[in-house]
Amino acid sequence: MGSLSFFRQMLQDVRQQKLRTALTVLGITWGTVSVSLLVAFGEGLEARIRANQRGLGENIVIAWPSRTSLPWEGLGKGRRIRITEEDVEALRREIPQARFSGEMSRENSTFRRERVRITPEVSANSPIFAAMRNIIPAAGGRYVNDLDLDRRRRVVFLGDKLKQDLFGDQEAVGQTVMLDNVPFLVVGVMEKKAQDSSYSGRDEGKAFIPDATFRGLFSERYLENFIFQAHDASATPEVTRKVYEVLARRHKFDPADKEAIGMWDTSEAEKFFAIFFGTFRAFLAIIGSFTLVVGGIGVSNIMYVVVEERTREIGVKLAVGAKPAWIQRQFLAETLTLTAVGGVCGMLVTFGFLAVFPLLGLDEYVGTPQASPLVIATTTALLGVIGMVAGWFPARRASLLDPVVALKLA
Amino acid sequence: MDKLIELRDVRKVYSTGRLEVQALRGIDLEVGRNEYVAIVGPSGSGKSTLMNILGCLDTPSSGSYTLSGEAVAGLDRNRLAEIRNRHIGFVFQSFNLLPYATALENVELPLLFAGVSTKERRERAAAMLERVELGDRMEHKPTELSGGQMQRVAIARALVNRPTILLADEPTGNLDSASGKAIVSLFEELHAAGQTIVLITHDSGIAKLASRVVRVQDGQIVEDVRAAA
Ligand SMILES: Nc1ncnc2c1ncn2[C@@H]1O[C@H](COP(=O)(O)OP(=O)(O)OP(=O)(O)O)[C@@H](O)[C@H]1O
Ligand SMILES: [Mg+2]
Repeated sequence: MGSLSFFRQMLQDVRQQKLRTALTVLGITWGTVSVSLLVAFGEGLEARIRANQRGLGENIVIAWPSRTSLPWEGLGKGRRIRITEEDVEALRREIPQARFSGEMSRENSTFRRERVRITPEVSANSPIFAAMRNIIPAAGGRYVNDLDLDRRRRVVFLGDKLKQDLFGDQEAVGQTVMLDNVPFLVVGVMEKKAQDSSYSGRDEGKAFIPDATFRGLFSERYLENFIFQAHDASATPEVTRKVYEVLARRHKFDPADKEAIGMWDTSEAEKFFAIFFGTFRAFLAIIGSFTLVVGGIGVSNIMYVVVEERTREIGVKLAVGAKPAWIQRQFLAETLTLTAVGGVCGMLVTFGFLAVFPLLGLDEYVGTPQASPLVIATTTALLGVIGMVAGWFPARRASLLDPVVALKLA
Repeated sequence: MDKLIELRDVRKVYSTGRLEVQALRGIDLEVGRNEYVAIVGPSGSGKSTLMNILGCLDTPSSGSYTLSGEAVAGLDRNRLAEIRNRHIGFVFQSFNLLPYATALENVELPLLFAGVSTKERRERAAAMLERVELGDRMEHKPTELSGGQMQRVAIARALVNRPTILLADEPTGNLDSASGKAIVSLFEELHAAGQTIVLITHDSGIAKLASRVVRVQDGQIVEDVRAAA
């Protein structure tokens, strides 16, 4: 007897119940595909949105100097606050738990190369700006560095789209472009990145130059904005409070006056996404699980029929000395096998689909769904539980049959 | 005489809806080692009911049953399964072979539940099939066998775990007379070799061959005759 015969019995059942078994396995397959695809899409979408989020920078706070909204020490409200590089220096000194970069910008300077003229946004900032904003130079180039700043070099780092507009497919690094008739050396081009939120246009279309160069060239003192990033994301609220304190002291406004400096804490979005995606994933998993449970009910149902049809066989086994546990194991194993077959089919369909999906070119919108270990583990665990539950009741019923009743002797 | 079976005032009541059928009404029966008992009686008299109780396939409504010195009443399902496996070989009128399994696999079944190793199972089942002259049919499925052959497979299965008693409920009832005769002579051989046997039969010719004939009527033993040795 042994395993060989176990499978033979199963084949027998499958043969006698072709349609029913097929539908049942299909149910489990469908359930598996639903669960795994839903979770995979959820994860893909989340990864996509997080990548977009990273495009702006992780847990950075963007701050804009604005006007006071509260009177302070005899000064009226509505006073304009202007931030300079010295303020940023003071922040760096006084708040060591974070890094800071000021940014100046211009939107009416024209880039010219041969016959191409473009008026992009020019952003002037410091070398750490790139790290904070996840601006990564493509191979062969670099971002603006400290030496550029010290020497007020006329160098420019181009967003990938801007580079494409100016240079097409030609190499840009080492070339010269004219910015308002002043020659600038291209030192780097941005690696293409995903970015779906911005506060002054996407980085792909911008030109980045050293702020010292910018100040000299355009005689500009005041920063458009500055960004900061706590070394530990959880310290962001504390750092934010300190930023208000330092600037309020230097510019004489109420440290509670949130309108004097507008702030956008992107880590709040991060928190929102964490909650949103947690809920979203749970929602998808629940929907998928229901589908699987329905499949499981199908399996359970077919096993009841199988038990019914094999009552006599169960009686024979009991009559020659099978213990209830043995009978129960047999049916449980059979149910788990059916579930496993459905599960494997489902996984194969899912893998097939995931392999084909990137070819559809929808990645940019919904991300790339992936059969991550989480997806596989979730689905396998669910299938196991459903198989056990689906098999347990019919198996138990089989094992508790009375031998006389099962043999139809009584 | 060594008592293998001891029934004391065994009763069996079937209740179907409002109707109560007293299938057995106070059976006292002792069966000793190496007896060959034939149970006879009219249809509906309670023979099968008695046999199922003897085989631990069913439990009495009241009374006591001692098998090889062990009181059977109140034992749990697992212990009953062990008793069926170790002490009892049951032969049914309708063979009750597993249809998808070969003759050899059918005979191996009790050994599987007894926890015998695969190799030994094979050997003992094969030897038992040789014993019932089916050595050349081991790999056949029940549907590829005649009624007589199926019943011999069933007997081999009943005997393979060396049961204390062989029980048979009308083993020839579904067979033609020639096949029936072969089975009956097989029983005689087994008895001669020391096997304790209890069988139910309607055939007085078969009953005559037994060492003892118990007549059941209306759920009671009305006659118990031992053949002169
Ligand atoms: N499960 C049951 N429910 C109700 N009554 C039953 C049941 N099984 C048997 N009986 C009744 O018990 C009585 C004895 O039945 P049993 O099968 O033991 O008779 P038998 O002597 O074996 O008959 P036969 O020679 O026809 O096989 C009969 O009246 C029968 O109708
Ligand atoms: Mg009967």
